[in-house]
Amino acid sequence: MGFKEIRHTADRALLVWGKDIETLFKEAGLGMYSLLALHSEPSPMVTRVFSASGADFESLLVMFLSELLFYLEQEDLVFTTFDLQFHTGELKATMRGSTVNRSVKMIKAVTFHNLDITKLHHGFQVEIVFDV
Amino acid sequence: MVRIQDLNCISPYEWEIPRSFRADMRVPVRIFSTREMLEQCVEDRSLEQAVNSATLPGLVGRVTIMPDMHQGYGFPIGGVAASAYPHGVISPGAIGYDINCGVRLLASTIEANAALPNLDELAVRLNQLCPSGVGSKGMFDLSQPELEHVLVEGSQWTLKKGYANETDLRRTEENGVMAGADPSKVSERAKKRGKSQLGSLGAGNHFIEVDVVDEIFDQKSAAVMGIYHGMLVVQIHCGSRGLGHQICTDYVQDFQLAILRYGIKLPDRELVCAPLDSQEGSNYMAAMHAAANFAFANRQMLAHATRQVFQEVFSGEFKNWHLNQVYDIAHNMGKTEMHEVDGQITKVCVHRKGATRAFGPGNPGIPAEYQEIGQPVLVPGSMGTASWVLAGTQTSMERSFGSCCHGAGRVMSRSQAKKNFHGNRLRSELEKHGIHVQAGSMPGLAEEAPQAYKDVDMVVETVTKVEIARKVARLVPVVVIKG
Repeated sequence: MGFKEIRHTADRALLVWGKDIETLFKEAGLGMYSLLALHSEPSPMVTRVFSASGADFESLLVMFLSELLFYLEQEDLVFTTFDLQFHTGELKATMRGSTVNRSVKMIKAVTFHNLDITKLHHGFQVEIVFDV
Repeated sequence: MVRIQDLNCISPYEWEIPRSFRADMRVPVRIFSTREMLEQCVEDRSLEQAVNSATLPGLVGRVTIMPDMHQGYGFPIGGVAASAYPHGVISPGAIGYDINCGVRLLASTIEANAALPNLDELAVRLNQLCPSGVGSKGMFDLSQPELEHVLVEGSQWTLKKGYANETDLRRTEENGVMAGADPSKVSERAKKRGKSQLGSLGAGNHFIEVDVVDEIFDQKSAAVMGIYHGMLVVQIHCGSRGLGHQICTDYVQDFQLAILRYGIKLPDRELVCAPLDSQEGSNYMAAMHAAANFAFANRQMLAHATRQVFQEVFSGEFKNWHLNQVYDIAHNMGKTEMHEVDGQITKVCVHRKGATRAFGPGNPGIPAEYQEIGQPVLVPGSMGTASWVLAGTQTSMERSFGSCCHGAGRVMSRSQAKKNFHGNRLRSELEKHGIHVQAGSMPGLAEEAPQAYKDVDMVVETVTKVEIARKVARLVPVVVIKG
């Protein structure tokens, strides 16, 4: 499981892989945070709960990452632990994290560009392009 | 992958990907570029994205790609595509997340040479008064009703509040207000993001830049625009902030299901769309116009803050320190316009993503004072390099749905730019050339190194060779405020 940044001329892109869908989503979140080079500050842990329904896992992935961006912009929150439960097109996420120093980089949005979660022999993989 | 040999070379500045290149293309793709700039794009996916864009239902004419093109997401940056009413589609991804990202140009009659001792103070005060950076808060925390007024009224709201004058509005695309904006089509989350961000620059490639008019190419047009050699001017580049990003995110998500309902097949899910005459299409149009109005008001607020700084720094030093608006134009927009298609005047929705409207002389959509010369087309260069003021032509109406390029266009990824350049060193180099820089972050500055972009002069040369714009003036920077 993991992620790495891949080449994009103007925006940012990640290749993410995980042994199952839950891990893939968590790694995508952590990978997105890594693009923003965030540094956490000592602060109390907080919990946020998020639920969504989508047409497929790709839609849910965009919703999930967009939710993380929203909390970063609005509350300076970065999550480090995720409890993700999938059930017939629905995602329920319980996320724990703390505040960070203000990010010096920005991701405007998570895109659907060539977004295709593929099943591999040992798990799942996806490429994600972020508008920055 | 699209290779250069797949393209038909029409002239040294014009190329075509014929409709026969791929079975799902509905129109051909016309690219305005030199071979050298085209070769810079072959390695990324911009040509493939251009071909994908040509598959949108209801397109007419051809997809046009500007010389500053580069890889985007779904639709390439620098792309223009028009779909016909009523059954053609509107695609949020073909407009972009930063709805109505655009550029405003303000001109002064302050002689740059005489202002040299004031430039450092000017840079510091602009940086203080124009909030920039990620998630930066603007000048207000608007109440919900007040935000909804902004979404409906755009720059009119700023006029009512005393932050604008009549000339500012007249010299803004659509007079600074898109009709048909409907806040009820904007999600609560988008409103929450927008309410504290009015009057903020944001981050990324957004900037405020003070320039000197370096060279005039058309004295008459420049004089009409109020641009004079050796004088200071100001460019403001920003958009609709988190509000616009959220609206696009919401509708790209909604349209994932809409394309299934309408049986639309696309090669890339980022291109999702809905028919212009559908409820989904109308809802997005109304929300997108609301974001556009927010962006017009946002640039107006930043112009107001810039004027305050000019007053503070220059009013005791110079007799006429005022900043007069030249024009404000969008380069990420979907606009309903009338264009000639196959000899018929046709109502179309023109998607411009990283492309500027460039209406020629006599067009009723431009202010009275620009009727004879065509609308000002503002083309900011990369940081530290020249920017251009052009004028729209009648030819642009015929060849590119009244559109032109919007900047220099990236050629190097941000991560590569950070590896190759160092923010502090870059700032020192710019300062050696007399350019005062204030930046939200040094890594962010490195990402915007001028070497990461195409040569804007060659981009401009190309659009003038294909006659979709003509040169009016060249600007060089003296103060750069980076988001």
